[in-house]
Amino acid sequence: MRKKKVAGIFASLMLAAGVMAGCNSSTSGGGDSKEADKGGEIKIGANLELSGGVASYGQSIKEGIELAFEEINKEGVNGKKLKLVPYDNKSDAPEAITGATKLTSQDKVAAIIGAATSGNTKAQIEIAQSNKVPLLTPTGTAEDVTFKNGKLNDFVFRTCFIDPFQGTVAANFALNELKVKTAAIFIDSSSDYSKGLAASFKELFTKDGGKIVKEEAYVAKDTDFHAQLTNIKGAKPEFVFIPGYYEEVGLIVKQARELGITAPMMGADGWDSPKLIKLAGKAALNNTFITNHYSSGDSDPKVQEFVKAFKAKYSDKSPDAFNALGYDSAYFIADAIKRAGSADPEKIQKALAETDGLDLVTGKMKLDDKHNPIKSAVILEYVNGEQKFKTKVNP
Amino acid sequence: MFPIPFRKGVAFMEQLIQQLVNGISLGSIYALIALGYTMVYGIVKLINFAHGDVFMVGAFIGFYSITVMDLGIFPALLVSMAACALFGVLIERIAYKPLRNATRIAALITAIGVSLFIEYGTIYIRGAQPEAYPDGIVPLKSIDLFGVSISGQSLLILGVAIVLMILLQYIVHKTKIGKAMRAVSHDQDAARLMGINVDNTISATFAIGSALAGAAGVVFGIYYTKIEPLMGIIPGLKAFVAAVLGGIGIIPGAMVGGLLLGVIEALVSAAGFSLWRDGVAFVVLIVILIFRPAGLFGKNVREKV
Repeated sequence: MRKKKVAGIFASLMLAAGVMAGCNSSTSGGGDSKEADKGGEIKIGANLELSGGVASYGQSIKEGIELAFEEINKEGVNGKKLKLVPYDNKSDAPEAITGATKLTSQDKVAAIIGAATSGNTKAQIEIAQSNKVPLLTPTGTAEDVTFKNGKLNDFVFRTCFIDPFQGTVAANFALNELKVKTAAIFIDSSSDYSKGLAASFKELFTKDGGKIVKEEAYVAKDTDFHAQLTNIKGAKPEFVFIPGYYEEVGLIVKQARELGITAPMMGADGWDSPKLIKLAGKAALNNTFITNHYSSGDSDPKVQEFVKAFKAKYSDKSPDAFNALGYDSAYFIADAIKRAGSADPEKIQKALAETDGLDLVTGKMKLDDKHNPIKSAVILEYVNGEQKFKTKVNP
Repeated sequence: MFPIPFRKGVAFMEQLIQQLVNGISLGSIYALIALGYTMVYGIVKLINFAHGDVFMVGAFIGFYSITVMDLGIFPALLVSMAACALFGVLIERIAYKPLRNATRIAALITAIGVSLFIEYGTIYIRGAQPEAYPDGIVPLKSIDLFGVSISGQSLLILGVAIVLMILLQYIVHKTKIGKAMRAVSHDQDAARLMGINVDNTISATFAIGSALAGAAGVVFGIYYTKIEPLMGIIPGLKAFVAAVLGGIGIIPGAMVGGLLLGVIEALVSAAGFSLWRDGVAFVVLIVILIFRPAGLFGKNVREKV
């Protein structure tokens, strides 16, 4: 055993020396960053919410990444293996900053995957930009993650589509499929994600002839929503849009049904967690819908192949959208590294930006000039605590 | 059928009544917690800031009783109350009793320390992730009264709160230990001279107060579903406001203060200022401290020097 270990260290030293030599002869400079592909492996950081409020997102993304890395490493990327360096940001923006600093300056990763939420991703932008390390959020859907105040954050990427798109899809679905004329909006006023979705929903819904009869707000961590829901009930909307996260949404849906609000309710990918079903209860969730990035019920062969591999690895668990986006993020980066032909973060950045027509589980992806993927969305319906695939919407 | 203004009026009344029901449910929980604050303050003049965390521990004990030990709601409620009573006595004996003759600020800081210790101890033991009370454990259906729907859980909260408050009134006014508690709160030294075991009486007060907090924890879990290790902080502070509102140290004051605060919060949200709800609770505290420092039920007694 011991001998093997020593041999391993020796081998990695040799490889490292080789890399160093390569570095010296190259013209690009930035010698430090080359440490990312030290020892025949390329280090990829994962700055994720592994504990805290939205732990279930981070955990799911990590599962997806690990499965993808396993598959990718069977062949390797440019003859090297990908190595995941996970960091738990505890669902907290200051922790996410610490994580990004550690991953870029100590671990010297080639790229960072994470965080799951827009807020925790934005916290890392400054560090990614100044260290010139690509930052790829699997599920940060806020518009201003990649493009803010007319300026592109050129090292920031995402695998998911953006908030306005989800809000637009929801408004379309409410008007055309459910054929409702009035809606209420209930937002989490402490979340950019929630506000972004609500704004785009409202814009399209009112433009196409619908009427918003009530707007109410809550703050993350609240547990009592009865008062606001009573106000919503009084306005008699035919449809309630709740773009929040599962911890509060679970309680909102439960309390709404108890108060006798029977109207269909709809949210977005923030609802997507097994905890939601526990919090709200199966019966209360009937007649609710979400827009999402992917559905395991989609008959696309690429999706079914992924579902099969995922179930084989994780004791028959059906993968959710976070699993799928984590998985896709890994492939997104691997593809870029392959095309860049190097683990140099700046070359990876360039290759990521040029991605066009990459076939992923969550749809065929093309990046626009704001680093936003253009791809399809699905609408899911909760039926007795199960997500049922309803329809797929193309951009 | 009816002219429109009349129908609008009816709808408005329905909403108002619904909001009052919401407020009373929330207020009952505040009241149950506030009772513990007020009893402890009445007897040892200590704001027991760890009280909100006893409430949290009660919620978790109830949760594990229901999910792991497969108990029904009422057995779980009793288990949680008993365990919290014991826990409260333990806190008192370990943390507060050695400081009984120390300055009040020392005891207060200890209380804050105990509070943090319980919160983060719980996180250390079981992690920070929230837990959901199982669905459908309350057999009661929601009832519809003139368009106002009152859920089974609301009725349960109200029922539990009323029963416990009556029980408390009985204990305080009709039993020997209640008499001892009143005597100790009136004058500790005189009570001791009369042969009352002051230590045991104080422990009994902590036990009863903590049992009420435990009960509040379980009904909170049933009503709001989600429980987590830091859930005691805000309800604890609100209950403290409620206790001060009613007049700290006065038992009926805590009940009225709790219900009043719950209703005020619901009406603030109803008026469309839901984001100001928590702020309003503390504005109430400030206003009370300025205009009626002794609380609604308090008498202005000049402190003896």
